[in-house]
This record gives sequence, structure tokens and C-alpha cells, in this order.
Amino acid sequence: MGTAPVEAERPESGVDVRPDHPWVTIVWNDPINLMSYVTYVFQAVFGYTKAKAEKLMLDVHQKGKAVVSAGSREEMERDVEVLHSYGLWATLRQDS
Amino acid sequence: MTRGFHRARGGRVAAKLDRDEAEILRVLAGQLIELISADAPDDDPDPLAAELGLSGLGTEGRTETPEDPVLARLFPDAYEDSGEAGEFRRFTEHGLRDGKRAAADLLITTVPDQGGTVTLDADQAQQWLRALNDMRLALGTRLGVTEEAHEEIARMPPSDPRYPGFAAYDWLSYLQDTLVNSLS
Repeated sequence: MGTAPVEAERPESGVDVRPDHPWVTIVWNDPINLMSYVTYVFQAVFGYTKAKAEKLMLDVHQKGKAVVSAGSREEMERDVEVLHSYGLWATLRQDS
Repeated sequence: MTRGFHRARGGRVAAKLDRDEAEILRVLAGQLIELISADAPDDDPDPLAAELGLSGLGTEGRTETPEDPVLARLFPDAYEDSGEAGEFRRFTEHGLRDGKRAAADLLITTVPDQGGTVTLDADQAQQWLRALNDMRLALGTRLGVTEEAHEEIARMPPSDPRYPGFAAYDWLSYLQDTLVNSLS
């Protein structure tokens, strides 16, 4: 059981702890990555089924981008780093 | 011309490459390593650390987006905000660079010298997949290819100065696609 601190630091501004606003990883369309490769990477990195991976790949291809994962900021930074190691164009941001 | 990768015994994949194809792969992978290495001024010079696999540990890299469009594509900004992108880059780029170099290195050492059959286990196939993709990203960005690169080259006369680059790019795309399919 926790106890309240006697003294507390002033909370930093810019911290958003709303649980309904997780961070998301976005993959953007580019003319070079092959559709077969992008599908393969989504399966390998996230363990998605082939159907889900293909749907996400087509979203990227047709809509220009797709949210491929959601979670904490740290988790999304890990996802983005792995996607960059595969050469995908990925970014993260807090969901709005 | 190669028919690309196919499944082989024991969960391996294999492809038969002719001498010119082996040479193209070695040259392009070598250029990729050169490009990435020339851009790495903060590499740890400590040979002992390198031997122990500790190079880069705790070192912080640059924060700016690379000026070269190829490097900017290989190491893209992770955040829209340049400050946040810089912080992310500072802590991740070194490791990403080492990984890309290692994959291209492995490709060079496994390509048969004079052409022939290359057989890859599961780990090696993963490295090849990333290396081929990075080679395509580098070449494709340099050439300014669009999604219609394959159609474009079909219409391009071989006398076009862009032809050799486009032909190599198109061939790498074919080879990578066969590798993906043989692993799926």
C-alpha cells in the first residue's frame, strides 16, 4: 500500500497520462518497400496473422499510412526502432 | 538470369546466381557499407571494446537528420517534432547503423565468389532480407524511383543513362520478392 509523499515535485507540464490516449506507431507509404516485404515484416515484428498484416499493408499503400501498433511511449519507441531496422518508414506519436 | 530464391532442405533457402549477379550484389552491398561507414564519425575506435561487442555502448550519436537523402531514408526521423526526433536518433542510430552494416557484411561473405548456389539458414536469410532492402532503399532513393519503376524500365531504352541503375534496382526487387516468398 502506498503512502502520499510529504513533499512533492511540481508535475512536469506536457505529461499526458490519459489512458484513452495511448501512443501509436505509424507506418508511411513509400515507393520502394515491396508489398510482400511490408506484409512479411508486420507478421515477423508483431506476430500478426497474414490477413491482418495484409490489411495493414494495403492501408499503408492506399491511404498513405496506417497505425500498426499502440501502447506506451517506450513500447512504441521500440517498435519504431525495429521497423527502422527493417527499412520501413515509421514514426510514433500520441494518439489524439 | 537467376530464378531467385526457393525453399531448400532443413528450413533453408537457396538461389543460383551467375557470376555477374554475384558481382552486382557484392558491389552494391559494399557501397552501402561505405556510405553508412563514411557517415559514422562517432564510431568507437577502441579495438578491445569492438572485440567484446561493446563498441557504441553508452556512446551518444548525432541528433540532426542526415543531409544525404539516402541516409535520411535509411535512418528516418521517428517523431514529427525535430527535438524529439533528435533525442531518439541520438540513442538509436548507432545500433541501427551497426545492424545494417552487419547484414550487408554477411551478404558479401555468403555470395559465392564466382557465382553459384547460395544457401542460407534462417538467420542468414533474415540478414539478406534486410540487406537487400537497404540496398534497394539506397539505390531507389538515389534514382528517385516511383512505384512504377518496373513499368518505367520496360519503356526505357538501354541507351538511357539511367538504364543500368534501374535495371539493377528492378533485379534486386525481383530477388528480394522471391526471398520473401520463400520465407512466408
